[in-house]
Amino acid sequence: MKYLPLLWAALWRKKARTIFTLFSIIVAFLLFGMLQGVNSAIHRGIDMSNVNRLNVFNRYTFTEPLPFAYLTQLEAVTGVDAVAYATWFGSYYQDPKNFVFSFPVDPQRYFDMYPELKVDKAQLEALEHTRDGALVGFEAMQKYGWKIGDRIPLNSMIWTKSSDGNSVWNFEIMGIFDNSADRSQTNSVLFNHDYFDEARAFGKGTVGWYVVRLKDPTHAATVAATIDKMFANSANETKTQTEKESAQGFIKQFGDIGFMMNAIIGAVFFTLLFLTGNTMMQSVRERVPELAVLKTLGFTDNTVFGLVVAESLLLCVLAAALGLGLAQLLFPALKNFIGVATLPPRVTAAGFGMAILLALVIGAIPALRAQRLNIVDALAGR
Amino acid sequence: MTAMISLKHVFKRYTRGKQIVEVLHGVDLQIEKGEFVALMGPSGSGKTTLLNLIGGLDKPSEGEVVVAGERIDQLSPSRLARWRARHVGFVFQFYNLMPMLTAQRNVELPLLLTRLSAAQRRKNAEIALSVVSLADRAKHKPSELSGGQAQRVAIARALVTDPSLLVCDEPTGDLDRVTADEILGLLQVLNRQHGKTIVMVTHDPKAAEYASRRLHLDKGRLVGTEEVVA
Repeated sequence: MKYLPLLWAALWRKKARTIFTLFSIIVAFLLFGMLQGVNSAIHRGIDMSNVNRLNVFNRYTFTEPLPFAYLTQLEAVTGVDAVAYATWFGSYYQDPKNFVFSFPVDPQRYFDMYPELKVDKAQLEALEHTRDGALVGFEAMQKYGWKIGDRIPLNSMIWTKSSDGNSVWNFEIMGIFDNSADRSQTNSVLFNHDYFDEARAFGKGTVGWYVVRLKDPTHAATVAATIDKMFANSANETKTQTEKESAQGFIKQFGDIGFMMNAIIGAVFFTLLFLTGNTMMQSVRERVPELAVLKTLGFTDNTVFGLVVAESLLLCVLAAALGLGLAQLLFPALKNFIGVATLPPRVTAAGFGMAILLALVIGAIPALRAQRLNIVDALAGR
Repeated sequence: MTAMISLKHVFKRYTRGKQIVEVLHGVDLQIEKGEFVALMGPSGSGKTTLLNLIGGLDKPSEGEVVVAGERIDQLSPSRLARWRARHVGFVFQFYNLMPMLTAQRNVELPLLLTRLSAAQRRKNAEIALSVVSLADRAKHKPSELSGGQAQRVAIARALVTDPSLLVCDEPTGDLDRVTADEILGLLQVLNRQHGKTIVMVTHDPKAAEYASRRLHLDKGRLVGTEEVVA
């Protein structure tokens, strides 16, 4: 700590250069924070997948429905503990920008399948007794400022009503569900499948997909194979996967996001390494006489080495703190896309780790040069 | 008197490209504690090389250098650095202050190598600055000081650890006559009143008059000694 004023002063010896260098490192760490934050948020969904559940989709595309009649057949499969189902409703609230994740479900089956979603029993019962009722997730409730008892119009981009051909469906909010461990799961609206199925203009007697709970997760592969075999060569063949595989498959539709983000970050840091490394080299070259004076005064070779590395650390860690802090501030803006509002702490920690690594790499060569400096030659300007 | 500096049969050779240049040829020298010695001689005579050996900035190619009771030619680089911090204060022709630090922080620099607290370091630096009559310039950076003031700060930095030896390389070489006299007067006070042993390299005969002894070097050999009666 006692060397901090010396390091700080050395850092600001050439103000303009330091500001530009700081700025470039800040931007790199801002990019790192945002991209890794997105990457981490996406993979968080995969990590949090339940190993006890299988998803049963249409074999060819998850947008094609499956017959409702599969329900009882699935329940009869050995190793299956419970079955739930849902359908993609694809709706928005008032404006197409306000996309709402909404699903017609069998409420009892659904909340039994997802015990992490907490709902008041009375509200769940109220939903079952109100045909056009809905339960709204905590985040969706907050986002649109809805209250229990409100009637909300959801405009489906897929489903029209048989009665009037209208795609606007009105629901009465009967209650709220929450998952305090992962609020991103609560940005949705659930309503009665029975009502939906009866009211829709087409697709009656089908569901979007089934969710199967296993009695024993170690039998996941066997049960999945049994299900798919059961419906093989039918008009609606199935593809059964663990929840994790489903999540990975969904993300892979957009390409290998992790690779793309790591490639971008890698390119940025590779460039930064040379840019900042060159700046540090130049800075030390300019200060050769000053470093020689420090040695004259009794600073050992190792102390001078440490000072140059510490200066590099100060620069990189300070810029990383500013860049990651900025990413933390801007990250909530991505919430609508990735469902997570705060930069995961492990991204921040990894950012600081990167900053330290960067500082050591760019500081090592100028520090070695400073360490090996011959006092007499340096003072004589040789 | 006790010998502060003792050089026995000291040679110094440098390799410049393929050439070996011998700068000092078997110098024998004894400087007593409390002496103020001026090292004089033409350019290239080996004055600064000799001063560097005395200050522990360089090592002889041959011979023995004992300063403040330590055989410094045998010390490892890190032990030599610690020895310099404890025993020697350096004053250079061009002050060699850190341009980005205030006078106060410049003076505090050698104290960073001690175990003193920040408050003690600050206090000692203030005292050193007041010894050179620059307490009121503590917050100024070197670029805001005149040449004489900058050299005073450099002297305060050399003094702040209370070393027994001050090594000065052309301390007035960059100053006008009046300022040079002030600086030399200050060195004389430090020598006479504070008992500092001073070895000063100078071209200037007037500057050398402030010393108690003048040593003349020529072509790497000591060629004469003059005692000055105060």
